[in-house]
Amino acid sequence: MSETMEIEAPARPIGVYTRPKGNTGWRDWITTVDHKKIGILYGATAMVFFAIGGLEALLIRLQLATPNGTVLGADTYNRVFTMHGVTMVFMVIMPLAAAFANYLLPLQIGARDVAFPRLNALSFWVFLAGGLFLNMAWIVGDAPDGGWFAYAPNTGMIFSPGKGMDYYALGLQIMGIASLMSAMNLIVTVLNMRAPGMTLFKMPVFTWMILVVQFLLLFAVPVITVALFLLLFDRNFGANFFNPEMGADPLLWQHLFWIFGHPEVYILILPSFGIISEVIPTFSRKPIFGYPFMVFSGIAIGFMGWGVWAHHMFVSGIGPISVAAFSVSTMFIAVPTGVKILNWLATMWGGKIRFNTPMLFASGVVSMFTIGGLSGVTHSLAPADTQQTDTYYIVAHFHYVIFGGALLGIFAGFYFWWPKCFGHLLGEKLGKWNFWLMLVGFNMTFGPMHILGLQGMSRRIDSYSPGFGFEFWNMFASVGAFVITLGVLMFVINIIASARKARHEPPVGPDPWDARSPEWFTPNPTPVHNFDEVIQISSLDEFWHRKYGEDEDGRVVRVATAEEVCQDGSATDTHLPSPSYWPLVLASGLPFVGFGLIYTLWFCVPGAVLIFMAIYGWIFEPVDDPDGPHGHGHHDDGDDHDDGPPEETSDEATAETAEEAPVG
Amino acid sequence: MTTSAEAHVESPEADHDAHDHPTDRKYVQVAIVLAIVTALEVATYFVDIPGEVLIPALMVMMVFKFFYVAAWFMHLRFDSPLFTKFFVTGLVLATAVYGVTLTVFEFWTKG
Amino acid sequence: MADTAAVSHGEGTGTGLSNNKLLMWVFLGSECLLFGGLISTYLIYRSRFGDGPAPGDVFDIPFTSVSSFVLLMSSLTMVLALSALQRGDIRNNRVWLLATALLGSLFIGGQVYEFTTFVREGLTYSTSPFSSAFFTLTGFHGVHVSLGIVMLMSLLISSLRGTLTKERSETVEIVGLYWHFVDVVWIFIFTVIYLVPSPTS
Repeated sequence: MSETMEIEAPARPIGVYTRPKGNTGWRDWITTVDHKKIGILYGATAMVFFAIGGLEALLIRLQLATPNGTVLGADTYNRVFTMHGVTMVFMVIMPLAAAFANYLLPLQIGARDVAFPRLNALSFWVFLAGGLFLNMAWIVGDAPDGGWFAYAPNTGMIFSPGKGMDYYALGLQIMGIASLMSAMNLIVTVLNMRAPGMTLFKMPVFTWMILVVQFLLLFAVPVITVALFLLLFDRNFGANFFNPEMGADPLLWQHLFWIFGHPEVYILILPSFGIISEVIPTFSRKPIFGYPFMVFSGIAIGFMGWGVWAHHMFVSGIGPISVAAFSVSTMFIAVPTGVKILNWLATMWGGKIRFNTPMLFASGVVSMFTIGGLSGVTHSLAPADTQQTDTYYIVAHFHYVIFGGALLGIFAGFYFWWPKCFGHLLGEKLGKWNFWLMLVGFNMTFGPMHILGLQGMSRRIDSYSPGFGFEFWNMFASVGAFVITLGVLMFVINIIASARKARHEPPVGPDPWDARSPEWFTPNPTPVHNFDEVIQISSLDEFWHRKYGEDEDGRVVRVATAEEVCQDGSATDTHLPSPSYWPLVLASGLPFVGFGLIYTLWFCVPGAVLIFMAIYGWIFEPVDDPDGPHGHGHHDDGDDHDDGPPEETSDEATAETAEEAPVG
Repeated sequence: MTTSAEAHVESPEADHDAHDHPTDRKYVQVAIVLAIVTALEVATYFVDIPGEVLIPALMVMMVFKFFYVAAWFMHLRFDSPLFTKFFVTGLVLATAVYGVTLTVFEFWTKG
Repeated sequence: MADTAAVSHGEGTGTGLSNNKLLMWVFLGSECLLFGGLISTYLIYRSRFGDGPAPGDVFDIPFTSVSSFVLLMSSLTMVLALSALQRGDIRNNRVWLLATALLGSLFIGGQVYEFTTFVREGLTYSTSPFSSAFFTLTGFHGVHVSLGIVMLMSLLISSLRGTLTKERSETVEIVGLYWHFVDVVWIFIFTVIYLVPSPTS
């Protein structure tokens, strides 16, 4: 990571922009196109947003700890719970998944980087720009307050006359661009950059789940893009998409939002399913049970996820036939998830299980997601859902699947892959405190919400009256929230303490967990060039099979040590994609366009200038990366410049950013 | 529109070339077909045709043009099936999802 | 330079396909969902014109037929531009690129004329759900065409500077894919929005 890369700019670059040379320090981080650094950037940024979203959660729980709470006024409460949801979904879980995907996917397929490294960097900076932009709403005192789902016409100009919902819509549009570009990038990467011998069905399950997620993003993000544009146009240009007085139908928003929104929840959970599909086999010392079923069930979830969206609309008046149809389709989607749960259990069954922290978190996922999934099945029955909807029962469900499923899975990933990224382990003792406090706190907070919901406590409401019997469990839940906080604190302490400890200890060495998949071929931490030499893949769990064989009786026997199998990271001749300023410059233009649409169109001008300058700078930036199957041209004739990726990138960027420009 | 078509040398291998790259002549032929179909489509505006015939006819002509542009101009006919799969997946998914939405809005029955 | 051609044809990639071209097709797949959403919104709202003009009142089919034809022909000139460059015929590549950009601009001009006529006839962006949906859908399409024109002009400039060579024909191909897609969307819009009989007031 500290290795500087000496890159020669070609003899006569077109234009005035030369490519940055190898950098160190903060300049390295802001110009990096290295997927590993980008992954770390996503992870660190997401954890900061996690703290913000967590604070918002604590405020909610403080307000609801007692009846007729006075911690937050109603208006502020609406903003806090809206931002909590938006933050956790779009600025925590999704970028954390992106962190793991970015860091690991090239390593798991044996590649040197992603197909479009600058586009990858752009995705991160655009995400950051969008996240900061959205949170600016707090600073101007007008955070969005329409819920994360932003139902129109409540979020239209008449009922939400401030600027909050514009921040919401524009912030999400910006972040949507990042996700879309990432999806395109990773799909091409997986299809085109696998190591020799790695057929699709020899890819690790984590890679498969990430691939499915990219397809979901690819097709779902445009739908919410449409919805958000329609909302923005209604609010700012006098359109009539959601104005019932002019004949519009509010359900249009709901359909468009949930056509995105349901695939979105699979986008949230599948990465964690992928993570634990790596952790559980490693810590059970058994291959994943039913690999083809794990892959196909992931694909099935991705596919079927498109057919269930109106189960979020059972009481919105869509009519009994639609309700029945979506009720049935929703019941079916439990099946592939059930397959996965059974496969994880079957993997553990008969295995030699070690309950290190990653395995604790992974087990947490299996158990907590099962609970959340079961409540989900109860929602699928439309008559039952008619009672459950808009109550805390729903809040319980989705926190069990998002927190208990997605977030715990991410923590499993942190503990599992920390040595790969940073060269030392996180502490086990603190890890166990982290896990148990989070698990207990989480169940304290969200378990009782099932009861509260069925007792009739409404959701999305700033306070409740005394005398309904809600007092005890709300107080209990609020205490639980602070237990969760302690658990997260343990994580933070663990990071600091283990980093300190690592300074005067030998590095962790290769393969600390006796793992199975190709990323472990590289030393820890991963060298900047990834692999010393290309790995030839002949099976799933290639890394494992190099270490272990079978004796005559079919028993597993060790045939090579980790040191023998792992590379030592000493290769120095790998050409790497060169760093670039332009992703950062391009991303920085977007908030200006956003502010322009909210305040005065003049702000759009510097935004547009930055964007177009960045696009053209990008196109003319010298490419100096001649090898690798990445489709870049190589031009050492001093004549050109660049072609393919930057122009295509710029096409994408222009196409996407043009949709940000004012229309109409 | 005629310069390069005429300038392009027609050789016996032209048809084999079409396996890799259609000739300019071929492209012009495709364009003429598309123009004719467009003319037919527009002609329906001037003729009184009952809706049950008109709309399916228009859909058929539209799909025909769509297919021809995708297959020939976008080169899908000659390229890897993977490209077609991406395009078709997007089309099918959009049709399915939005088709269901339109159904929920009773578009087909109430317009 | 031979390397460039080889790499741009996908040598060394898992699928044997060029990264850039694959990226464009992946993107076009997602664009189907974007335009599908806008088209569906239009279809849901086309009969909700309130007191304002209905689609059947304002659509000028003969006029729009001509501009549709123009856009269709621009797909031909686009593919001729590509074909020229693949032969190494730089001059005709420029001619056809310019022709495509001009035809595209003519189309946009037609759109602008159509929009201003509608406004004069009392159909503004805010008139009704129908009007908002119509202008948004066709507006998004027009923005896509305009961006395409910008890309075509960039290619033209690149060619005039001598840097758009036969080896880089894939770039033209990829811009062409985008252009044809935008044309194909219009094929859909022209038929479904204009030619299918619309409500009148």
